Amino acid sequence: MSVDQATVRKIAHLARIAVSEAEIPHLQNELNSMLHFVEALASVDVEGVEPMTSVMPMALRIRADVVNDGEMAALVTRNAPQSEDHFFLVPKVVE
Amino acid sequence: MTDLTHMTLAEARDALVAKKISARELTSAHIGAVEAARALNAFIVETPEQALAMADAADQRLGNGTHGPLEGIPLGIKDLYCTKDVQTTAGSHILEGFVPTYESTVTSQLWRDGAVMLGKLNLDEFAMGSSNETSHFGAVKSPWRRAGSNAALVPGGSSGGSAAAVAAHLCLGATATDTGGSIRQPAAFTGTVGIKPTYGRCSRWGIVAFASSLDQAGPIARNVRDSAILMRSMAGFDPKDSTSVDRPVPNYEEAIGQSIKGKTIGIPKEYRVDGMSPEIEALWQQGIAWLRDAGAKIVDISLPNTRHALPAYYIVAPAEASSNLARYDGVRYGLREQGRDIVEMYEKTRAAGFGKEVRRRIMIGTYVLSAGYYDAYYLRAQKIRTLIKRDFENAYAAGVDAILTPATPSAAFGIGEKVSADPIEMYLNDVFTVTVNMAGLPGIAVPAGLSSEGLPLGLQLIGRPFDEEGLFSMASVIEQSAPKTSLPQNWWA
Repeated sequence: MSVDQATVRKIAHLARIAVSEAEIPHLQNELNSMLHFVEALASVDVEGVEPMTSVMPMALRIRADVVNDGEMAALVTRNAPQSEDHFFLVPKVVE
Repeated sequence: MTDLTHMTLAEARDALVAKKISARELTSAHIGAVEAARALNAFIVETPEQALAMADAADQRLGNGTHGPLEGIPLGIKDLYCTKDVQTTAGSHILEGFVPTYESTVTSQLWRDGAVMLGKLNLDEFAMGSSNETSHFGAVKSPWRRAGSNAALVPGGSSGGSAAAVAAHLCLGATATDTGGSIRQPAAFTGTVGIKPTYGRCSRWGIVAFASSLDQAGPIARNVRDSAILMRSMAGFDPKDSTSVDRPVPNYEEAIGQSIKGKTIGIPKEYRVDGMSPEIEALWQQGIAWLRDAGAKIVDISLPNTRHALPAYYIVAPAEASSNLARYDGVRYGLREQGRDIVEMYEKTRAAGFGKEVRRRIMIGTYVLSAGYYDAYYLRAQKIRTLIKRDFENAYAAGVDAILTPATPSAAFGIGEKVSADPIEMYLNDVFTVTVNMAGLPGIAVPAGLSSEGLPLGLQLIGRPFDEEGLFSMASVIEQSAPKTSLPQNWWA
C-alpha cells in the first residue's frame, strides 16, 4: 500500500501539523518507505489470534468515585503560554 | 582519597554509611565532573545548587542514622522524567521551558531513598531515536572513540545522555526509559549496564509518554550490582499508573553472585540476522561459553515470529505516539505559534515544535489509526504482538529460564553517519531489543567485550516476567567473565 500526495496532506491535517507544499514529496517518500517496511506483516496468518491489549493479564483497577484532588488552578495553568484568571486563552472558536 | 567519581555506586554507598566520605564531597566531585564534561552535551540542565542542598540533607540523615538505601548518591535523570520545579523537555522544542509542578513517581522514590539529583540528561526527542541525534538540544557525544580516531561517536539512544554520563563518570547512575531498546542499546554502545524491567514493574506516572504499552523505566549504571541497587528504588506499585503491577519489590542486590548452576539458557536461532558482523557472532558464542562454564545448560530455541517484531513495532509505537503527543497543542504548556484561528494555531505550533523524526512518526501513527486502515495495520500489529509474546511463553514453558542474544547488531557509529540515510537503517539498531518490549518482558544489556576498533559490545539476557533477579544473577556471571575494559583517555575535560 502506498499514499499519494493528497493523502499526505490529509494525514498532516488530521495530525494538526502544518506542512508546506515543498515538503509534500519528501514526506510522501518517507511514509511510503515506512509502509513498505511494514508490508510483510500483511502475509502473516493471524486467523483466530486475539490482539494483545495488555502486557500482563490484569483487570483494570477502578478507584473510588470521590474527589481526591483539586483546588490547584494556579498550578494547572502555570505553564500555559497564555492564561488569564486561571483560564487557558485560545483564539476565538465560536463567533 | 582516590577520585570520588571513580567509585562504584555500591562503594560510595558503603563509604558514606561508614562516614569515610561525606555526601557533600561526593556530590561536589560529581558537579565538577559534569561541568568539565560539557563537550559531551550529556546534560540539558545542570542543578548543582539543588544537588548540594540534597547532599547536605543526606549528610544530616547519615549523621543521625535515618538514611535511606541511596542516601547521598548523585544521579542523573533522563529529561523524560518530570521533576518538580526543574525544566523537563523530553528533548523537544515544544516543551522547552516547561517546569512541572509535580514529581514523577520513580524520581520521587529515588529522593525518598536519599539520592541526589545532578541534573536532567539529554535524549532523543520524545525518546524517538537510537543515536541521541534527534534531540532539540543537540547530539550527545559518547566518551568512547575508535582506537586511533578522534571522530565523535553516538552514545546510542534514546537514553544517550544517561549512558554517556554514566560511562564518563559524571554520575554514579542514571534513570533511563526503554520503548524499543532505549536503555539497552545505549548501555551496549557505552560499556554500561542497562536493564528494562518487566512492563508494570516501574510506574510510568510523571514520565512523558511515548508509546504507553511499551514504555518502561529502568536504570543505567556502571556495573550489574549498581543497576540492581537502583532498580530496587525505582520499582514498585503505584496506584497512579493503571498498568503498574502490585507485587513486592525484592532486594535485587542479593541476586548478584547467586549460582546459575542448572539454569537453562535459550539461544534463539532467529537472532542470527543477515549481515551481522562476525565480531557480534563471536561475542555471542563467547557469552554462551561463559554461562556454560558457570553451570548453565544451553539449549537452542526458536522464536519464529522474531522477524515481524520490528515492523509491528513501527505500527504500534507510532500509533500510540500520535495519540499521546496530541496533547502538545500550544494551549496548556510549552510552545505556541500564533494562528488566525485555533486550528492554524495548533498546526503551526506542532510544525514548529516537533522535530523531523517526531513529525514522521506522528504522521505514520495518524495514518495507521485513520478510518479504513485501523484493522489492516494497528489491529493486525496487535495480533502479531500476541504471536511474538507466545513464542517467548512457549520457550519458558519448555523450561528455558532466560534467553541470551547480542544486544545490538554493531558497535556505536559516528555522529551524522546514519542521519541522512533511510530511517529504516536507524530503526534496525533495535532489531534485538524491540521483541522484549513487544512481549513486555525484562531484558538486561551487559558489557561483554570490545570490537576490533576498541568499542564496547554488549550481550542481552531476556528473562521470564518479573524475574529481574535471575537476569541480575546471569548478567553478573557475564560481567565477571568478560575482559575488564577502561574508557579511552579522558579527552572531554
